[in-house]
Amino acid sequence: MTTPEPHAGNVWPIWEVFVRSSRGLSHVHAGSLHAPDAAMALRNARDLYTRRNEGVSIWVVPADAIASSDPDSKGSFFESPQGKDYRHATYYTKSEGVKHL
Amino acid sequence: MASQTLQSVPAEPSPARHETRHEMSPEDAARRDAEGQAYFDKVMAEDSRIEPRDWMPAAYRKTLLRQISQHAHSEIIGMQPEANWISRAPSLKRKAILMAKVQDEAGHGLYLYSAAETLGQPRDQMMQDLMDGKAKYSSIFNYPARTWADMGAIGWMVDGAAIANQVPLCRASFGPYGRAMVRVCKEESFHQRQGFEILLELSNGTPEQKQMAQDAVNRWYAPALMMFGPPDDDSPNSKQSMAWNIKRFSNDELRNRFVGMMMEQVKVLGLTLPDKDIRFNEETKKWEHGPLDWDEFHEVLAGRGPCNAQRLERRREAHENGAWVREAAAAYAAKQAKKQAKEVA
Repeated sequence: MTTPEPHAGNVWPIWEVFVRSSRGLSHVHAGSLHAPDAAMALRNARDLYTRRNEGVSIWVVPADAIASSDPDSKGSFFESPQGKDYRHATYYTKSEGVKHL
Repeated sequence: MASQTLQSVPAEPSPARHETRHEMSPEDAARRDAEGQAYFDKVMAEDSRIEPRDWMPAAYRKTLLRQISQHAHSEIIGMQPEANWISRAPSLKRKAILMAKVQDEAGHGLYLYSAAETLGQPRDQMMQDLMDGKAKYSSIFNYPARTWADMGAIGWMVDGAAIANQVPLCRASFGPYGRAMVRVCKEESFHQRQGFEILLELSNGTPEQKQMAQDAVNRWYAPALMMFGPPDDDSPNSKQSMAWNIKRFSNDELRNRFVGMMMEQVKVLGLTLPDKDIRFNEETKKWEHGPLDWDEFHEVLAGRGPCNAQRLERRREAHENGAWVREAAAAYAAKQAKKQAKEVA
């Protein structure tokens, strides 16, 4: 596991925490925390996000290792599916009432 | 939750997107702000959510930062009146419960600091502001917890008031705040019930125990009602917070609703509330209560309550005593990272 460079001023880096609530489900973002390294991030995540059996597995990821889409491009980045209603089953109405379809 | 730190990859290579704000021409900055404001207004009108990297008005950011950090500080300072009783809990069971509750308060503080950080304020700065006495926290935690019954009254009334305040905040327009509150609210109901149970057991105990429970309720009643903040006509920021979908109900609305709940629950406890003026107003269909001492509220908030100095002193002490742990953990992480780098090379 890689550990991000410690930030200036002795501030521990931020980690994003993902928790699998039970077997068969995917890990879901639970929140974030500060920790000096991956091992401590996991322990802190356990104490902070699974005090009541909320999880069977935890991932911690250095926040600055995550790439995300640009919030300013809400429209253009996600525009491809727009107007393509035919990708949904509900687009096909002529078969209404036909059983098992 | 601290997703402001995430690296964003532009959807398409566009020179404008790589420019930082100060490099923008005034016209571009103005256009960006106008577009941002329009989008923000649309989100408000649709009662949707603002996320950390969305454009938001400076005053919205400032209001949220103040509210969320004060909320976080309240959770952290709020550990103290109860931690004070861990070593004197009357049974091992009560001790374990109290420890779990105090641990929860620490967790709530951390959820909230994370949410506040997404607005661009570093956590150590918030902590420093608290220790320097620059930041505010709920005035309730500046009252002393004198007897074991206070653990009951705090759980039942203080956490009860907190829940009444926090449930509507789960729908706050700022995503990270709402999500933190959902988590907090789920955990708070245990806090309130364990407090109620402490009072109920004392109330069913010896006459002295029952008197102790009544005394605790008498002392915590008014401070708990004041947790909802000043009366509506003396709360200038409330209106704007409601327009921004941060607050959903006014201070007085929440307080009146809370009084109604207390009135029912206190009967089960076999105790009374120290307020002769509580009544249900048939006309307005709202509960009403007697006058509260708002001068006292402002005094405590200004730092002149019974325990303000003690609470901050204890916080500073804990922070200083923990310094070697933080340093050791950082040194160990740095050493391991160096070792790892060597192995890779």
